Amino acid sequence: MINTVEALLFGSGRPLRISEIRSLLEFDGVTAELSEIKQCLNELETRYIDSSLEVVEIASGYRLQIRQEFSPTLSHLWNERAPRISKALMETISIIAYKQPVTRGDIEDIRGVSVSTQSIRSLLERNWIKVSGFKDAPGRPALYSTTKEFLDDLNLKRLSDLPELPDPVDNIVQDEDHQTIPQAV
Amino acid sequence: MQNNTQTQLEFPTVMGQPYETIPDDLFIPPNALELCLETFSGPMDLLLYLIKKENINILDLDVSKITDQYIEYIDLMDALQFELAAEYLVMAATLAEIKSRMMLPQDVHEEEEDDPKSALIKRLQEYQRYKTVSEKIAILPRVDRDFFLASASLPKIEVEKKDIQITKDELVAIFHEVKNRPDLKSNHQIDFEELSTQERIQIILEILSKRNVISFSKTLRKTEGRQGVVVTFLASLELAKDGHLELIQNETEEIFLKSKGAIS
Repeated sequence: MINTVEALLFGSGRPLRISEIRSLLEFDGVTAELSEIKQCLNELETRYIDSSLEVVEIASGYRLQIRQEFSPTLSHLWNERAPRISKALMETISIIAYKQPVTRGDIEDIRGVSVSTQSIRSLLERNWIKVSGFKDAPGRPALYSTTKEFLDDLNLKRLSDLPELPDPVDNIVQDEDHQTIPQAV
Repeated sequence: MQNNTQTQLEFPTVMGQPYETIPDDLFIPPNALELCLETFSGPMDLLLYLIKKENINILDLDVSKITDQYIEYIDLMDALQFELAAEYLVMAATLAEIKSRMMLPQDVHEEEEDDPKSALIKRLQEYQRYKTVSEKIAILPRVDRDFFLASASLPKIEVEKKDIQITKDELVAIFHEVKNRPDLKSNHQIDFEELSTQERIQIILEILSKRNVISFSKTLRKTEGRQGVVVTFLASLELAKDGHLELIQNETEEIFLKSKGAIS
C-alpha cells in the first residue's frame, strides 16, 4: 500500500488529503483506515530520509517536495526565475491575511494608498485570495480572504503558522536590524 | 551602474532654474537617485523611511522637520519627473496641516482625538506592523522560488487513431445516399387545450337543469386531469357565490352540487 500512496502523491500533481487517498484506494477495492494511510505517509518520510525528496503536510494535504537544499541546482533548469512580488503587493496580501475578511477600502486605510484593481486581480489570479463575501455597506464592496493555496505556496499548514503580527512599536529603528530599503522579492 | 544612471540624467529644473545643487538640509541616502517612487509602496512607507533615517521615536516625531524633508523629497521626485501619485500630495497636505497647527497657539480645550498628529502617528504605527510582517512573509520559503514540488509526469495514454480510407466516388455515393434519405422527422406541436371556467359554468348549469343534485366527481372528465378538477371547482365556487347552487359536503369527502332552483 505504501507504494500505491507514493504513486498517488507522485502522479496527482496537487496535494492530497488522507481522506482523499482513502477514497482513491477504495476504487481499487482497498479499504484502509485513515490511521493506516497516515502510517504509510510516515513510512514514506522515513524511506526518503536519505534522498532528495520529502513528504510535506501543508494546508491542502500532503505532497512530495524536493528538499530545499537542491533548489539552487534546480533553478538552473529554467531561464526565468519565479516572478517577483512587489513590496506593495506583499503589504496587501499581509493585510488580507491578518485582517481577513477585508474590503479594498480597509487595505487602503492601512496602506495610505489606493489599491489598484490590477494588484487585487494579480492576487486572485495567483489563487492567493478569494472573494469570500460582500460587506453589508453602501456599494456592497467585496470582502477578500486568503486561500489554502496561499498557505500551500508558503509551505504552511494554517494561518497561525504565519509570522506573528508585531505589536505597534514606538521606535522603528529598534524594531528593524537592517537599514537598507528592502527590494522587491 | 549607479554612476551611469546619474550621468545619463539631465539636471532637473525647479521653477525654471537648473537644480544643480542639492539642498543642504535634505537627507539624501547614498543611492538617492536610484530610489524611485516605486521603491516606496506609498507615502506611509516614504514617511517611515524618513523617520527611520532620523533615528527617532515615532512618538517624538518632529513634524516640522519631517514635513520639510518629505516635501523636498517629493519636489525632487517631481523634478525628476516621476509620476506622483495623488496620495503623496495628500500626505504632504496632512503634514503641512499638522505643522501649521503647531504654529498656532494651543487650544487647551481641544480634544486629544482631534489631534491630526496623534492620528498620523497611530496610522504610521499600524502601517508599520503590517509592513514589518509583510517583509517577514516575503522571505518565507515560496514555491517555485525557494523550493520545488516533486511530481512524475503521467504516462501518455495513446489512443490509436485510424485514418479514414475513402475514395472520391464513395464519398459522392454517401453524400447522395444521405441527401435522398426520406425525411422521417417532422415537428409535431402539441397545444394544450385551454379549459375555460366560463364554459364549465354553462356545462354545470346545463346538468343542473336536468337533475337537481350531482356529486362533484361526476362532473369531472378523466381526460381533463388535474386542470379539469381545478376549473370545475372554480366554476362551482363561482356559481355558489352568485347563488345559483349550493355546495354540500356531508361526512364523506364527496361534495354535492345542488341547484338552488330558478335560474334565469
